[in-house]
Amino acid sequence: MLEQYIPIFILIALAVLIAVAFIILSYLLGPARPNKPKLGPYESGMDPIGQAKERYSVGFYIIAMEFIVFDLEVVFIYPWAVRYQEFGPGTLWAMVLFITILLLGLVYTLKKGSFKWDMLPGSPAK
Amino acid sequence: MESVNELLTISPIVIIGFAGLFVMMLDAFTGNARWSFYASLFFCLAALAGAVQNVLGPTGTSFYSLVYYGGTASFGAVLVLTGTLFSLCLSKDYLEQTGNHIAEVYSLVLFAAFGMLLLVQANHMIVLFLGIESMSIALYALAGLLRDQKKSVEAALKYFLLGAFSTGFLLYGIALLYGSTGSLALPEIAEASDKGVMYWAGVGLLFTGFFFKVSAVPFHMWTPDVYQGSPTTVTAFMATASKSAAFVAFILVLSRALPDTSQQWQEVLWIFAVFTMVIGNLLALVQENIKRMLAYSSIAHAGYIMVGLAATSGAAYSAVLYYLFAYTLMNVGAFGVVAYYECHKNCDFTEIKNYAGLGFKKPIMGILMSVFLFSMVGIPPFAGFIGKYRVFAAAIDEGLISLVIIGVLASAISVYYYLSVLVYLYMKEDETGMVMKRPSTLYSLALIILALLTIYFGVHPGLLTDFLGSFYSVTW
Amino acid sequence: MDAYVHLVPWIIALPLVGFLLNGLFGLAFESYRDRKNLIGAIATSAVFFPFLIALYLFFAMSGDSEAASVSLFTWMQAGDFSVDIAYRLDQLSILMTLVVTGVGALIHLYSVGYMADDEGFWKFFAFMNLFIFAMLNLVLADNMLLLFLGWEGVGLCSYLLIGFWYTDMAKSDAAKKAFLYNRVGDFAFLIAMFLVFQITGSLRFQDILDSAYLFSTDQAFLVGALIFIGATGKSAQIPLFVWLPDAMAGPTSVSALIHAATMVTSGIYVISRLSPLYMMSPELMLIVAVIGALTALVAATIALTRYDIKAVLAYSTVSQLGFMFLALGSGAFVAAMFHVVTHAFFKACLFLGSGSVIHAMHHVEHKLHKTNPDVHFDPQDMRFMGGLRAYLPSTYKTFLIATIAIAGIPPLAGFFSKDEILVMTFNAGAGVYGSIYYVLWAMAMLTAFMTAFYMFRLTFGIFHGSFRLPKLIEGAKDSAKLLHESPWTMTSVLWGLAVLSVIGGFIGIPNFVVATFTGTADVNLLSNWLDKVTLDADLILSKQVEWMLLSGSVLVASLGIFVAYKKYGNQEPVAEDEAVAARFGPLYSLWNKKYLFDEMYEGGIVRPVVRFSDRVLAVFDIRAIDGFVNFIASFVRFFGHLARYLQTGMIQTYAYGMVIGVVLILYLLIIR
Repeated sequence: MLEQYIPIFILIALAVLIAVAFIILSYLLGPARPNKPKLGPYESGMDPIGQAKERYSVGFYIIAMEFIVFDLEVVFIYPWAVRYQEFGPGTLWAMVLFITILLLGLVYTLKKGSFKWDMLPGSPAK
Repeated sequence: MESVNELLTISPIVIIGFAGLFVMMLDAFTGNARWSFYASLFFCLAALAGAVQNVLGPTGTSFYSLVYYGGTASFGAVLVLTGTLFSLCLSKDYLEQTGNHIAEVYSLVLFAAFGMLLLVQANHMIVLFLGIESMSIALYALAGLLRDQKKSVEAALKYFLLGAFSTGFLLYGIALLYGSTGSLALPEIAEASDKGVMYWAGVGLLFTGFFFKVSAVPFHMWTPDVYQGSPTTVTAFMATASKSAAFVAFILVLSRALPDTSQQWQEVLWIFAVFTMVIGNLLALVQENIKRMLAYSSIAHAGYIMVGLAATSGAAYSAVLYYLFAYTLMNVGAFGVVAYYECHKNCDFTEIKNYAGLGFKKPIMGILMSVFLFSMVGIPPFAGFIGKYRVFAAAIDEGLISLVIIGVLASAISVYYYLSVLVYLYMKEDETGMVMKRPSTLYSLALIILALLTIYFGVHPGLLTDFLGSFYSVTW
Repeated sequence: MDAYVHLVPWIIALPLVGFLLNGLFGLAFESYRDRKNLIGAIATSAVFFPFLIALYLFFAMSGDSEAASVSLFTWMQAGDFSVDIAYRLDQLSILMTLVVTGVGALIHLYSVGYMADDEGFWKFFAFMNLFIFAMLNLVLADNMLLLFLGWEGVGLCSYLLIGFWYTDMAKSDAAKKAFLYNRVGDFAFLIAMFLVFQITGSLRFQDILDSAYLFSTDQAFLVGALIFIGATGKSAQIPLFVWLPDAMAGPTSVSALIHAATMVTSGIYVISRLSPLYMMSPELMLIVAVIGALTALVAATIALTRYDIKAVLAYSTVSQLGFMFLALGSGAFVAAMFHVVTHAFFKACLFLGSGSVIHAMHHVEHKLHKTNPDVHFDPQDMRFMGGLRAYLPSTYKTFLIATIAIAGIPPLAGFFSKDEILVMTFNAGAGVYGSIYYVLWAMAMLTAFMTAFYMFRLTFGIFHGSFRLPKLIEGAKDSAKLLHESPWTMTSVLWGLAVLSVIGGFIGIPNFVVATFTGTADVNLLSNWLDKVTLDADLILSKQVEWMLLSGSVLVASLGIFVAYKKYGNQEPVAEDEAVAARFGPLYSLWNKKYLFDEMYEGGIVRPVVRFSDRVLAVFDIRAIDGFVNFIASFVRFFGHLARYLQTGMIQTYAYGMVIGVVLILYLLIIR
């Protein structure tokens, strides 16, 4: 039963092998001459102030989420569009429904002011 | 016309899904939470009508055998929508009084209900998974609704992390089942002949997913935190509708996808039912916060229901459906009364000790609370008694006598903590002297209807039990 | 009858609706409690409309209609045992329904005026409706269990209403007393029910009566005796009658409805319902008759000595109930039911009349008390009354009519029913244990004499002579001016009941009276009506003997009235009572002390039980039982606290728990 999975196992093994090989190779081949400015977070910038756990405005997250939504939309639409001839016209309506629902989500976030950055909590203007 | 008929078989799902989007848009364009409230009530009633129509109709599958309708599945839809409808009725006042009347509550509740409806009507593992996830994601957001309160945020995060964790198990279980049986449709899984290690691992992980959703011990630990952190009426929704949906889907999976192997998995349910009943009741005993107490009590109720699942007979499944109905009525009711008390801000009415003397201040509320609590204890003539009696009787018929004895002993413990609430309500003196508000008409009407139904189905269970029994008189 | 039986559930449902409306609204809305007219209207119509339905059914039925039953739903089921919520419509149940709803509606109307100033107005009417609901369940039940539900229900309402003014300790004690004495009887009734089920396999009356042949004579005796013990509790017979006089602590309209007209007759109803069973055992019949006659005599003698007007009426009720049991024991079930009906009319009238008197006297006390706080007197005490006929004319006239009726003067209602009982008792003398029945007949005649005597003593004491209050109490000089007649809602009810007391007897005219003049006759409507449902003993007396008995009872009643007039007509009752006491000596003091029944119970049962409980049971309870229970409880709580440590609140622990669960599941499914 498991024979059919052999290619997958080979693939996994290859992936691990290559990743490990690169790490080892770069360690072995690369020149290592560390000094203080080189180890700083920004090699040629200022020393950082405050903590690394900086809080970002929630607006960034909202924009990011909207991007993910549309990414997902593309993930669905692309394979469907390629095979549209086989699926037939009935699936068009399904896709229209899908896109409409996502569109409603976009309208909702717009209406709620996701792009009005000065209105968001935590924004400097407030 | 064929497609219209197909749509009718999932009419509750369509209506509630549309309602969620509609209410969301209503909020976006008007910003008035009241409109969202009334719209969601309306759609809920419409969906309930659709579900009732499906229950009374024949059973079958539609949409390329992706969904199953009629019988248990549509009764599950009725359960979900009953829980949703009544907790919605209570939500407006409670959220307004506590200053959290946000319109998103309604769309989130509706989206969660959409997921639940998908879950109960699933005939296919992918639909089931879709349902569970739509439900869960909406519930995660609902749990964190009071985002300015630490407890609420904590609850949401915990719920989300653990939920994601359990989803992983569930998904992996589904994948393994597919790997071993070659199908995702429930009836086809039942027909598969190969029952090797991969099959059993798949079943085990699938159980894990369901155990998490019904909060069986030891997958229960999120329950008290989440129930305590969420707004009380949302808790009522979570405790009833999501649990009913998960249990109904569990029944459908057990009876339709895994009927032939019941000998083996019965034991798992047996052991986890014992854990759930005993630990749930023991922990409820030491709670001082009523929402945590009710959370543990809902865990204990899940244990009793699992006794019915372990019995694996048609009679037991129909008894479980009855139990879920009674459970929905009395739990929404009890949370509703708690929510009413919580509307008074100058005192923390989630602490049981603050209930001293309230039974006499607002006699109707006191009586309602007594009805719900007595029903939860399982004292006749309330619906909870009939539910518990029928579940245990079905288990005895299947020879699970020791399990029932443990169940009865565990529920004897429960008398203590339910009645201690009544002791505070009626036998302690009120020292605060605070004035209680009058609940709105809709609010008290909803609670009174719940209490009357609790009494009615306790006095006159015959009609419903016969009807539920008819689901299992024919074999699939 | 099947065509009409579907109306019966409405008769039952309306009082329940009334109870729920008044009870729930009263509980929920304080403002509702002040809308007394609305509350009274709801409560009264919740009884009046069932009366109209019952009346319709009554006219739709005839004497030979078959009994019909309607089942609403299955109440409980276990193995072969199945009980429905089902109601039975036959001649007996419709007769009782008419009495309960008819008299009940009148008393509800009366109470609207009588209770007008009471704070618990809504509660009172809610309880009254609940009582009617329970009582209708009792009389219309199709099976013994539903009857028992009604039986306990009326007991509960009786308890609630006796203790209606529960802030008064004596009154709430009286309520407890009534409840406890009833429980003794109820226990016997329960055992009887178990036996019946064991023997016949059903609790439906139809099945029990159809399979009466299954009972051996001994079984019939045992079951009948147990039911009879139940009846002695509810219908206040020796030895369980002592609660009824105390039950007068409730509002007077409650005494009229529950403790005179309806609830206390339920024992007679049950025995009539099961008459074929009773007729199987002559010994049982004899016991019933003896207890009845003894109770009648004992209660009548106690009534001679009372000054509290409600107490006189209470003992008179006990005595009349004794008459009814005497009739049952003589095989005269129709006569017993006849007396139930007529007694409901005149005793309700008497009680409501006394209520009107007390209302007036209470008003006087209230007014006097305002001007002079030291004035206190008992508004129920006859010694402070006298001459009230001038001030309360309607009350006086109706009270007098009812008194004549109860005394047994033709052609008023009480005469016919009481005479029929006396005739049937004499008639039973021809059967087994004949000589004992002749003694019972003599006792009944003596009781009839005393009834006429003490009832007229009461009437003369209240209404004749002069108003004694100003003489007896300082600062009550002008109190006569304060007396006033009750409002029309109350007096109209009195008149209604008085009319019924006059004409009520004509439903049961003895056949021989007419037959003497026409040869044969069939004029006893009640006997024809109940012919199908009760099994009466045959009347074997000749017309001449019946005429003699009839004239005898009229004579005895007239004599009683005459003696009462001679002694109390215009005299001071206290002095005359002393004269009577002197003549009867120790016998009179025995009457006055109520035969020491209360003391016997107190010394023989209550105190030993309390002492035993205190010294033995309480110690056992606290040390052993409570100790054990507390031990278990703390044991369980200990585990609860232990389990709490698992609930750390940390998500790592939660996830860890889940992993353990998964491992366990996989172990169970794969490895094992």
